[in-house]
Amino acid sequence: MRIQRIFTCNAVLLAMAFAGPAAAWEPSKTVEFVIPAGQGGGADQMARFTQGVVAKHNLMAQSIVPINKSGGAGAEGFLDVKASKGDEHKIIITLSNLFTTPLATGVPFNWKDLTPVAMLALDNFVLWVNSETPYKSPKDYLDAAKKAGPGKFNMGGTGAKQEDQIITVAIEKAAGVKFTYVPFKGGGAVATQLVGNHVNSTVNNPIEAVAHWRSGKLRPLCVFEKQRMPYKNKVTETMAWGDIPTCREAGIPMDYLMLRGIFMPAGVSQDVVNFYIEFFKKVRGTAEWKKLMEDGAFNQSFMTGKEYADWVANAENVHRELMREAGFLAKK
Amino acid sequence: MEELNALFHGFSIALTPFNLGLMFVGIILGVIIGVLPGLGGANGVAILLPLTFTMPPTSAIIMLSCIYWGALFGGAITSILFNIPGEPWSVATTFDGYPMAQQGRAGEALTGAFTSSFVGALVAVLIFTFLAPLIANFALQFGPPEFFSVYLLTFCSFVGTGKGNPFKIIASMMLGFAMAAVGIDIVTGQLRLTFGFTELLSGFNFLVAVIGLFGIGEILLSMEEGLSFSGHGAKINPRIVLETWARLPRYWATSIRSCIIGCWMGIIPGGATPASFMSYGVARQMSREGNKFGTGQLEGVVAPETAAHAAGTSALLPMITLGIPGSPTAAVLLGGLMIWGLQPGPLLFVEQKDFVWGLIASMYLGNIAGLIVVLTMVPFFAAILRVPFSIIAPVIVVICAIGAYTVKNNMLDVWMIVVFGIVGYAFKKLDYPLAPMVLALVLGDAAESSFRQAMLISQGNLTVFWSNWLVGSLTTLALALLFWPLVTALRDRLRAPAPAAR
Repeated sequence: MRIQRIFTCNAVLLAMAFAGPAAAWEPSKTVEFVIPAGQGGGADQMARFTQGVVAKHNLMAQSIVPINKSGGAGAEGFLDVKASKGDEHKIIITLSNLFTTPLATGVPFNWKDLTPVAMLALDNFVLWVNSETPYKSPKDYLDAAKKAGPGKFNMGGTGAKQEDQIITVAIEKAAGVKFTYVPFKGGGAVATQLVGNHVNSTVNNPIEAVAHWRSGKLRPLCVFEKQRMPYKNKVTETMAWGDIPTCREAGIPMDYLMLRGIFMPAGVSQDVVNFYIEFFKKVRGTAEWKKLMEDGAFNQSFMTGKEYADWVANAENVHRELMREAGFLAKK
Repeated sequence: MEELNALFHGFSIALTPFNLGLMFVGIILGVIIGVLPGLGGANGVAILLPLTFTMPPTSAIIMLSCIYWGALFGGAITSILFNIPGEPWSVATTFDGYPMAQQGRAGEALTGAFTSSFVGALVAVLIFTFLAPLIANFALQFGPPEFFSVYLLTFCSFVGTGKGNPFKIIASMMLGFAMAAVGIDIVTGQLRLTFGFTELLSGFNFLVAVIGLFGIGEILLSMEEGLSFSGHGAKINPRIVLETWARLPRYWATSIRSCIIGCWMGIIPGGATPASFMSYGVARQMSREGNKFGTGQLEGVVAPETAAHAAGTSALLPMITLGIPGSPTAAVLLGGLMIWGLQPGPLLFVEQKDFVWGLIASMYLGNIAGLIVVLTMVPFFAAILRVPFSIIAPVIVVICAIGAYTVKNNMLDVWMIVVFGIVGYAFKKLDYPLAPMVLALVLGDAAESSFRQAMLISQGNLTVFWSNWLVGSLTTLALALLFWPLVTALRDRLRAPAPAAR
C-alpha cells in the first residue's frame, strides 16, 4: 500500500514535470556559450555573468559553459558557430565585430549565417579626456586638436577598423580634425593609457572607464547617443551618467551603440529559439543584471524575432556605410 | 602602522574555518590545473568563477586567488619531471629543472622550485601590504615606448647571454617571431600569413606550441634513446626537502634579483612569463656558475620560479588599484570583481576595506597553505619517475593531447602538437636552441604592437625610446645587455695574452 502510494506520488510529480510544458524544448546537455572576444572584456563579462546567475537562481536545468574564441578579431568564434549548423546547444554573444570583422578582413561569415535570438542590451560610448587637461566640453577639446594640427592628438582605442576607430573617423569628419588613432588590445588598457597621459582621448565604454572617472582621473565630455543616458544616481560626487551631454548637443552628429546580442547556429527550430528567448528574459529579470546595467550605463533595449533581425540588418548597413566612408572595407 | 592594523583585521576575516577550507580546496584545484598543460590558471579560474556567486565576495576571491597560487606552484611539476611546461611561466623552469630530474635530482629541483616560488610570493605580498598605493602609480608611467623597452630588455637579457652558435639562436628566434605574426594584425586590423586558411586566423597558440616542442619532442627523443627515463633513480626520501633548504640560502643574490624583476614585471604589468625568462637570463649572466646553466643547476630553477610567482602575485596589484589586469588570470578575476558588484580602482582600498585586506591576508595564508601542500607531495611526484617508461610515456602523450585540446576545444590543436613535436625533435637533433623561438612566440606579438603603437604616437621618431629617464634607461640597459658578451669576449681577449707572454 505504502509503496504503491509513494509510487503514485512520484508518478504524479513526474507527470507534472513532463506535462506542464509538454511541447517546449529544453537543453538536454551542457550549453556552450561562445565568446568571440578575449577573457576579461565586456562580452566575456556578460557571458560569465550569465553563467553565474544561472547557477545562483537555477534558471536552467543544464549548465552553461562560456568559451573564448577570440582569434582573428572574433572570426574564430563566428566561424565555429557557422560551422555548427543545427547545434541546439550552442549560443554566441556578439559585439560589433559581428559586422566589422567580416567587412574589414573579408573572412567569410555574415550574421545571416546565424539565427538571431535576442538583443540583451546596447553598449554606450563616451568621449573621455584626462581630468588634468583643461578641456571641459567636446568643443574645447576639438578646438585644441584642430589648433595643434592634423595627427598631433592621439586617440586610443580597442583594435583596428573596429568600433572605436569607426567612431574616431566619424568625429574627425564632423569636426574637421585629424587624430592619430592608436590601437590597443583591450578597453581596460586603453583607459589606463589615458590616465597615464599616453594618449589624449578615448571613446571607452562606460564600464571600462567608470573606476577612473570616480577616482577623479578621467573626465567624460559627451556620449554618442541620441538622448542622454537615463541613469540619475550620482556616480561621482557631482555627476550622474545622465549629466553627460550627448555629442549631438555639442555639434557632433554621431551616435553609435554596440550590440550585445545573442545568436545561434542556423538550422534550429523556433521552439529552441523560443527557449533561449525566455531564458534570457529570466536572466534580465534578476536584480544582479539590473545592477550590472546601471553600473555600466547600458542602453537596456530588448528585442527578439523579426524586430531584432531588422535591427541587425539595419546595423549591418550602417556599419558598411561608415566603414566605406572611412576606407576600412576589405578589398575584394 | 595603519597597514598593520588593517592587515590584522584582514587576518581576522580570512581566518574563519570556512575561508581556510576554501583556501585548501583552491590550492589543491590550482595545483591540478597547473599540472595539466593547456588548462591554464585563467581557464581554471574562469570555469570556477560562476560557482562563487553564491558566496560572499571575500570568500570567493580567497578561493579563486588560491587556485591561482596553486597553478603558479603546480606549473613547475611537469616542467621538471617531463619537460612539459604546465603553464607558460614555467617554460624557463624546464631549462635546468628537467636536466636535474634526469640526473635523479627531481626532488631537489621540485623543492627548490616550490620554495623559491613561496619566497617570491612572500616578497610580493609584503610590497603589496605596505607600498600598494605608491607603486600603483608607477604602473601609469608605462605607455607604449616603455612597454616596448621592457620587452626589448627581456629579449636582450636572454639572447645576449645565450650559449651556442649565435646564428642558430637568431634563426630560432626569427622563426618564433614569424609564428607570432600569424593571425590578425592589431594595428591594421588585417589578417597576416594565414594563406587563406581560416584555421590560422587565431595564430599559433603558445601553449600548444610549447606542449608539442617540449613534451612530444622529448618523448620522441626518449624513444630513440632507449625507451627509458634517465631519472628513474630518483631519491624519494622526504629528507630531500630539508637538504635542499640547506643549500638554498647560497643563492640569496639570485633570489633578490629575481624578486625585484618579478615584482617589477608584475606591477607594470608585463606578466609572469616574460618575468621568468628575464630572470633566468639575468641569473645566467650574473651567476658565478652561469656557464653551467642548462645542465641542471639549482640556481637555474630558483631564478625563474621566484620571478614568476613574484610577478603573478604582484599582478593583482594593478588589477585592484587601477583595474588593469597584470595577467590573463587577473583579467578573469577582474571580471569577477565587477560581477560581485565591486568596482576595481583607486577607491576600492577606501570603500571595500574588508575585501581588500581579507584578500591580502589570504595571500599570506594561501601561499603558506600552498607551500605545505606541494612540499608534502614532493616524494610522491619524484616517485612518478620510477614508473617504467612504457607505462608513463603513453600517459604523457594523452595528457599532452588533452592539454592541447582544452586550450580551445579544438581538435586541430591536437594535430598541431604532433607537428610541433617533430619540430622540437629536429631542433634538438640539429642543435638549435628551442628557448629563443618560444620566447619570440610568447612575446613577439606584444613587442610588435607596443613598438608600432610607439611609432604611431611619435610619428615614426625612434628617439621616443629615449624620451624620458624611465624609457631611456630601460632601452640603454637592454642594448648594454645585448652587447655584453662582446664586451666580455673583448676583455678576455685583451687579458688572455698577458699570461701567455710571461
